[in-house]
Amino acid sequence: MEFRKLVIGGVEFKSRLWVGTGKYRSNEEMVRALEASGTDVVTVSVRRVDLKKGSGSILDYVDTKKYKILPNTAGCYTVEDALRYARLGREAGLSDLIKLEVIGDEKTLFPDVIGLLKATEILAKEGFIVLPYTNDDPIMAKRLMDAGAACVMPLGAPIGSGLGIRNPYNIKIILETMKDVTVVVDAGVGTASDAALAMELGCDAVLINTGIAGAEDAVKMASAMKHATIAGRLAFEAGRIRKKLYATASSPFEGMI
Amino acid sequence: MRLQVNGDMLETEAKTVAELLSELGITSGMVAVEVDLNIVKKKDYAVYALKEGDVIEIVNFVGGG
Repeated sequence: MEFRKLVIGGVEFKSRLWVGTGKYRSNEEMVRALEASGTDVVTVSVRRVDLKKGSGSILDYVDTKKYKILPNTAGCYTVEDALRYARLGREAGLSDLIKLEVIGDEKTLFPDVIGLLKATEILAKEGFIVLPYTNDDPIMAKRLMDAGAACVMPLGAPIGSGLGIRNPYNIKIILETMKDVTVVVDAGVGTASDAALAMELGCDAVLINTGIAGAEDAVKMASAMKHATIAGRLAFEAGRIRKKLYATASSPFEGMI
Repeated sequence: MRLQVNGDMLETEAKTVAELLSELGITSGMVAVEVDLNIVKKKDYAVYALKEGDVIEIVNFVGGG
């Protein structure tokens, strides 16, 4: 069963499950998890080359013909740092895609949305396809799109928390008030039902790292997330029945004795 | 000549970015190089002249979410 096409900033994504490459127990486990997830886009971080160990890039293990590479600005707490990492990521990488993070606080890793908005505006003008990690605020989502973002990536819950989609109603409001906007839930997805819920709400994609990498069996969880994302998306596209308080019989009365 | 590369001082004979990368054994194209906060384009590696005390950052990609 085919989904509707997902295109962001002119780039087509075949999978609606996007996967991070951090925190796996080994590169081999990551490779197998990516394979099991069926994804075609992976996030990576920009960091210093370890000169003692040689280049040691994650891309030694990720087939760039198979996966689109989405660099992030994780760990950046200021606009200046986020711009610097984004520009370095573009120079080192293969495309204009950037998952933009401007972090506001170490404990929650919540976004600094004021800095995020400024950085989005600057990078969009420089030709980046900006995918900002933001909170689940519909007003901020609109501001980011007005500033030139290619989509919005609201958090479901704090990064790595596994708390799921804590405010599905806000996500729903973002989706309803900006019908043409692409929404990718980023952060907080802990298990398959969280991914399915994100998709059933009508989100366009979901990005998962810790939820897969931190599971006891990362490869099996990657497969679970794949199926949950497919199921949730198909359910959304199929159009679910309306919820009602009372029963409606499924079997006919006609012909009863 | 002494340079600061990725936070550490380095004594080097390299005169250009290309020579420095070669000296450090970095052969992958999937890196980015910054000299004194300016990104050096890949096409300029062979001609970009380094000078005493330059602060250089060489980055690539690691696992992240």
